Amino acid sequence: MAKIIGGVTTSHIPAIGAAIAKGVQQTPYWKPFFDGYAPVRAWLDEVKPDVAVVIYNDHGLSFFLDQIPTFAVGAAEEYPNEDSGWGLEVLPPVHGDIELSWHLIESLVAAEFDITICQQMKVDHGFMVPMMTMWPEATTWPVRAVPIAVNTVQHPVPSAARCYKLGKALGRAIESYPEDLKVVVFGTGGMSHQLQGERAGFINKTFDTMFMQSLVDDPEALTRLSNADLVEQAGSEGIELIMWLAMRGAMTHPVSVVHRHYHIPVSNTAAGVLVLQN
Amino acid sequence: MAWIQHDYDKVPGTYVFNGRRSVMGYPLNRMCMSFNHAENREAFRRDEEAYCEQYGLTPEQREAVRHRDVLRLVQLGGNIYYLAKFAGIFGLNVQDVGAQQRGMRVEDFKAMLEKSGDAPHG
Repeated sequence: MAKIIGGVTTSHIPAIGAAIAKGVQQTPYWKPFFDGYAPVRAWLDEVKPDVAVVIYNDHGLSFFLDQIPTFAVGAAEEYPNEDSGWGLEVLPPVHGDIELSWHLIESLVAAEFDITICQQMKVDHGFMVPMMTMWPEATTWPVRAVPIAVNTVQHPVPSAARCYKLGKALGRAIESYPEDLKVVVFGTGGMSHQLQGERAGFINKTFDTMFMQSLVDDPEALTRLSNADLVEQAGSEGIELIMWLAMRGAMTHPVSVVHRHYHIPVSNTAAGVLVLQN
Repeated sequence: MAWIQHDYDKVPGTYVFNGRRSVMGYPLNRMCMSFNHAENREAFRRDEEAYCEQYGLTPEQREAVRHRDVLRLVQLGGNIYYLAKFAGIFGLNVQDVGAQQRGMRVEDFKAMLEKSGDAPHG
């Protein structure tokens, strides 16, 4: 049977991808951030997942505002990355796992999640930056992937509570797959940041610290946050933290913390990484 | 017809990208989506006015495009992730755009971000 060997939350800030492409990880600005990922990479090298289920949001590559799925699950042979006008290097495509994708789709729909099924799906920095942060030296990606896109762009976006429930259904779906696979679940985005309006540059360390701790100990408490609470306390783009709850839902309660790291700032954002094991 | 109010409307300096803004900004965001392709960025550079005309931007949106006024574009329904594609044409990143919207110099904006690591609140 497939087994969830761990969950990772990570920011997916485009500037991280640009820094890796430029090879500036050891500069004073970037070192404190990238040092926080060395233990994550060591853990991945040790546990060697076969598949990464990556919960991320699209920022205008695969989806435009004409059709916005609330939850979309990829079911493709491969997921190409393309130019999305942000000046990032285009990376090699990531291979999929079609049978696993369709199993997850069937399980999620049976669990009353009316997801969108995508047999063609491009993946932008929201998906690719975590991949390159986890495996910066890889010439070919060491895992297959199932992308799960969550709408965090066009309000109304799903609530923290809904994403946590999605994660629970996802966890059951993964662990009911008959093939012996080691699966890691990535919840990406965040932490607090705001890119728009006169409040651009808003970062809330107190909130992020609370969020990281509660995600480990008491995720149910975080499901009581409304989207208005999240916009106010984590910033308009910090709403991406709902995807961390989706990852957490897929894990057991309690979990053990393998690694945690928090750093301010990366570009306009507070960056957090957390590795959890059941 | 009426657009309903939301709890997040009270958050200052914040333009949550809801249905009302998305309807208002649709032509603008559609134009920005086209900038995923290098040849479209080039076509925009060659003749901005014609490009904006082609996508049906309103006079106010065109005026804000002319002034690279990202805050105004946000107020006119632009979504910041799509506007980032527009700003990228001029070599502006999210920090430049953040500073501009906040009415600060980029150095001061970056310093403010650095400082939010020390203070309990940003």
